Amino acid sequence: MRETASGLGSRPGGGSAIGRRWPLFTVLAFGYAFLYVPVLLLILYSFNESRLVTVWAGFSTKWYGELLRNQQLLDAAWLSVRIAAVNASIAVVLGTLAANALVRHGRFRGRTGFELLLTAPLVMPDVIIGLSLLLLFVAMQQVLGWPPGRGFTTITIAHITFSMAYVAVIVRARLARMERSLEEAAMDLGARPLRVYLSITLPLIAPALLAGWLLAFTLSLDDLVIASFVSGPGATTLPMLIYASVRMGVSPQINALATIIVALVTLAVVIAGLTMRRPKGERT
Amino acid sequence: MTLLRSLTGRTWRLSPSLNIGLPYLWLGLFFLLPFVIVFSISLAEPALAQPPYTALWKWVEEGVLEIRLNLQSYLLLAEDDLYLAALLSSLWIALVCTLLCLLLGYPMAYAIATAPERWRVLLLMLIVLPFWTSFLIRVYAWMGILRSNGLLNNFLLSLGLIEQPLQILHTPLAIYIGIVYSYLPFMILPLYANLTRLDFSLLEAAADLGCRPWRAFLAVTLPLSMPGIVAGSMLVFIPAVGEFVIPDLLGGPQSLMVGKMLWTEFFNNKDWPLASALAIVLLGLLVVPFVMLQRLEERWGRRLEDERP
Repeated sequence: MRETASGLGSRPGGGSAIGRRWPLFTVLAFGYAFLYVPVLLLILYSFNESRLVTVWAGFSTKWYGELLRNQQLLDAAWLSVRIAAVNASIAVVLGTLAANALVRHGRFRGRTGFELLLTAPLVMPDVIIGLSLLLLFVAMQQVLGWPPGRGFTTITIAHITFSMAYVAVIVRARLARMERSLEEAAMDLGARPLRVYLSITLPLIAPALLAGWLLAFTLSLDDLVIASFVSGPGATTLPMLIYASVRMGVSPQINALATIIVALVTLAVVIAGLTMRRPKGERT
Repeated sequence: MTLLRSLTGRTWRLSPSLNIGLPYLWLGLFFLLPFVIVFSISLAEPALAQPPYTALWKWVEEGVLEIRLNLQSYLLLAEDDLYLAALLSSLWIALVCTLLCLLLGYPMAYAIATAPERWRVLLLMLIVLPFWTSFLIRVYAWMGILRSNGLLNNFLLSLGLIEQPLQILHTPLAIYIGIVYSYLPFMILPLYANLTRLDFSLLEAAADLGCRPWRAFLAVTLPLSMPGIVAGSMLVFIPAVGEFVIPDLLGGPQSLMVGKMLWTEFFNNKDWPLASALAIVLLGLLVVPFVMLQRLEERWGRRLEDERP
């Protein structure tokens, strides 16, 4: 973070009285422990020999082996990954369009409604989104005969609907903070608006697009409630399978699966974090 | 490429309708329209059919349309104390959890916002990271900790602090822990965004004028961070009211929350009209705070803009 020298470095109220700040840091440390200890324990106990999840009986990776031989689980994971990938790709396009609209088109007609529609999916309880989309799909099937059944398509549509709102938040922030001078220069040199957008704007907001794609991907991979509503027989996503087996009780296989998911997500976030930081570094 | 180039002039003129129209169309079709359908089905009658409800209207004879609006579901919700209890307890649990998130999240956001610049990115990333990790799995992690033969009880027993395992899982306490744990990042992020934009020279001025740190905090920092508090509270409270996974997995069978009740009516009792009526009532409860809070936030935002020199 080299750009710190630019003047934000000194905060009068902040670092001055470090001696008085220990209660703050205690709360901070407690907060981080609260957030991380459960997941760390989960990871630790995924390497536990014993079937009893709460008794340590020595190091073992046997649950990972069992996991990889569990065909039902692998099928569910593959379905979830496909849904997540299609969802993320479409959500990035729609979310970026929405962000363009908010940042570039000023006070267009119906903007308030537009913003409300984009914020509501962020906070709306999952049970409401899930139920309402299922009823829509049922009604559409009665009236239009489409979608033919419930599964991959309906889950993907449902996921795009809330994912695009998250993508819009990320891309909007990036677009609003972006320097316009490069675009203006290209425009002055006679480049057409679409050309400017494709060859200047998009590369500049690419990190936000990547972050948005990854967030949409993980949100989809994580959704239990909405998928349970809009899925049909034969389409079981990974969270639905995890939920079914978790209700039966704590199982070491789920611990192993959780560890793999946490590892992959951490990797993705670190990659996204590094790519987000690179353009800033290049500028200075 | 030449084709594309010849199209670009026209495409750009089309771009407002593309940028605004396409997301609008999608959200209208898959977010707004469904609520209309939910409302209409909440007025239908449950039936043993596929789908399990009766049609709202039918042509009884040439040119005569009969519309039947069935208010039974809403009457049932009003008459049966169980639903009212579930609604009230959901609101109460969400309120308590929002306050707990605020009590824990505010000092954390403040500490991060006032930390040295080079630490801030890392500290913030550590807040965001769990948010990216599977929610279901993080709730599941607490099941292993809170069980009567779980990690927490084993730990406390081995320290000799307790004689008997504590029953925490399947109690309201477990729901509180689960919700605060899952929604804490939603509280911290808007608070952090707000506090980093805070003009800390105001605090210096207050100190120079002889104001004690606590008074300066109450008179300067707290009012100025109100938009962050409101935004964070909204992001925690609204989804927490309708939470399903946490009361179901941590709260146990007798836990009373409206999201779980809606799920049970829909999946176990197959009463789609009643589930729809519950969704409409829940929506009604949430739309009001949602719109009110968004307006409040906008007003605070504008006031902050005005106060800026």
